[in-house]
Amino acid sequence: MINDFPVTGKKATRDGFGDGLLAAGQQNDQVVALCADLLGSLKMNAFVKSFPERFVQVGVAEANMMGIAAGLATAGKIPYTGTFANFSTGRVYDQIRQSIAYSHKNVKICASHAGLTLGEDGATHQILEDIGMMKMLPGMTVINPCDYNQTKAATLAIAEHYGPVYLRFGRPSWPIFMPDNLPFVIGKGIMMHEGTDVTIIATGHLVAYAMDAIKKLEEQGISAELINIHTIKPLDEEIILDSASKTGCVVTAEEHQRNGGLGDSVAQLLARKMPTPQEYVAVNDSFGESGVPEQLLVKYGLSPENIVTAVNDALKRKEMVGHFG
Amino acid sequence: MANIQELNSIASQVRRDIIRMVHQCQSGHPGGSLGCTDFMVALYFHIMEHKLPFNMEGHGEDMFFLSNGHISPVWYSVLSRSGYFPTSELATFRHINSRLQGHPTTHEGLPGVRVASGSLGQGLSVAIGAALAKRMNGDDNLVYVLTGDGELEEGQVWEAMMSAAHYKLDNIIVAVDWNGQQIDGPTDLVMSLGDLEAKWKAFGWHVLLMNGNNMEEVVSTLEKAKSLTGNKQPIVILMKTDMGYPIDFMVGSHHWHGIAPNDEQRDKALLQLETTLGDY
Repeated sequence: MINDFPVTGKKATRDGFGDGLLAAGQQNDQVVALCADLLGSLKMNAFVKSFPERFVQVGVAEANMMGIAAGLATAGKIPYTGTFANFSTGRVYDQIRQSIAYSHKNVKICASHAGLTLGEDGATHQILEDIGMMKMLPGMTVINPCDYNQTKAATLAIAEHYGPVYLRFGRPSWPIFMPDNLPFVIGKGIMMHEGTDVTIIATGHLVAYAMDAIKKLEEQGISAELINIHTIKPLDEEIILDSASKTGCVVTAEEHQRNGGLGDSVAQLLARKMPTPQEYVAVNDSFGESGVPEQLLVKYGLSPENIVTAVNDALKRKEMVGHFG
Repeated sequence: MANIQELNSIASQVRRDIIRMVHQCQSGHPGGSLGCTDFMVALYFHIMEHKLPFNMEGHGEDMFFLSNGHISPVWYSVLSRSGYFPTSELATFRHINSRLQGHPTTHEGLPGVRVASGSLGQGLSVAIGAALAKRMNGDDNLVYVLTGDGELEEGQVWEAMMSAAHYKLDNIIVAVDWNGQQIDGPTDLVMSLGDLEAKWKAFGWHVLLMNGNNMEEVVSTLEKAKSLTGNKQPIVILMKTDMGYPIDFMVGSHHWHGIAPNDEQRDKALLQLETTLGDY
């Protein structure tokens, strides 16, 4: 239950990446890192200080960075590339597609400042399409952890997984609530709160908001289940189907476009195996804008209140299914 | 000393393979393949230290990356003729269920290929990554790359050029297939490359020039390039070739970049190429 996940502090998920990268470097001497002129933003300085000979600065040249990473991986290294999510995906999609994904290279594409919560820099940098682009690539693992601890654990876990990975995290200071000793299992969702009326499936920063929504829903007498999906691909089908079969309706929540995101993956699963009413908390075919992260999440419909509203909409549709069923 | 006559004799067979492969599937890229044959034969049969069976990570051996993946026919022929896979497999080029895809890939597990190429401009970056890994590992072997000249129109190549000089990468030898032709016509008309030698020099590279269709010159220039490694500077060979060389009706024209000969043209071409190792 969410009481088992008390907020213990506040830190950015990118800090979890930086600390996880240092630890991965200490644990595995094949881990190397590359950065495209954003060391401070990606929190990679500790790794560079400890392992200067295992770090490659590529400057503002992300296409070259992806190619160099593919070459390092070819020779047996485990490269972690670091830049903003926008420049980790859309800018270099073909380099990732051909030199990394199709060539099945063991490259870890680590992407910070994803989504609206990048904030004041505005829409040029606020990518909301990256999960969709990356999950479409055959063989690509897509991970979007929810807090500092989960990001650190994910950063360590992907070193032990052979194959290309997209690891997405963010800029703002964010509540820490996942236990720091919880093992990170790629492809395994985490049941954070059991309920009977509705299943909320959340990823990334929106897991914290889903926890807030659960409390508000309890005040309304609604019992919501919460699944923390850190791995969007491969998707943990079992945990989702088990929950949906129990609650009969689903709400997905993510800091991404509705098109191509976690919600799409869940909808595809449910359509194939267990048609279920579903509502989306996601950005609806829109670019972002400059602003404070929390304000932007409200304006673009990603607040805890939006999750509550979506739950109520999903419950109404469940009743209709019951009525006509 | 290399036996130039022997290398020329292998090159003749490789060129026969190229014509026959492209003819049998009625697709593929004969022009650049024929033009780069002398370089590829010199590399695999004389210059490069490489080992069988194929090992992806390439520790303790030289590595080769083909950036202009469309000239796959010459690479496939050279790989099979050096023992990476049976020459009979050349007959499967571009057919369904083949390891010999239109453009080279690791996806079907073809020995000798370390990364997919075809979408242009990516190979130099990948080769730089492999060269950096060799440096990190204390491995003294070299990394070779072949790129097209039209391919230099891709911006990523210039990112890569800049970075290799910045890293003082001196275990990499790049060859540019400077045939002056690309799909839509001569490079000077499509997108001028300008003073290519000055451009590479300005980006910090040691530049060598050679006639890529003269085996003796190819071998001596590659040997010179090897002798220049280890000097904190990357090396590029600007290799003047003729697209389609030496087939009289193909040579020097962009027309043969990406079309296959018909039966009559195949026969006419094969008459100009001696069978030396036996057709596949």
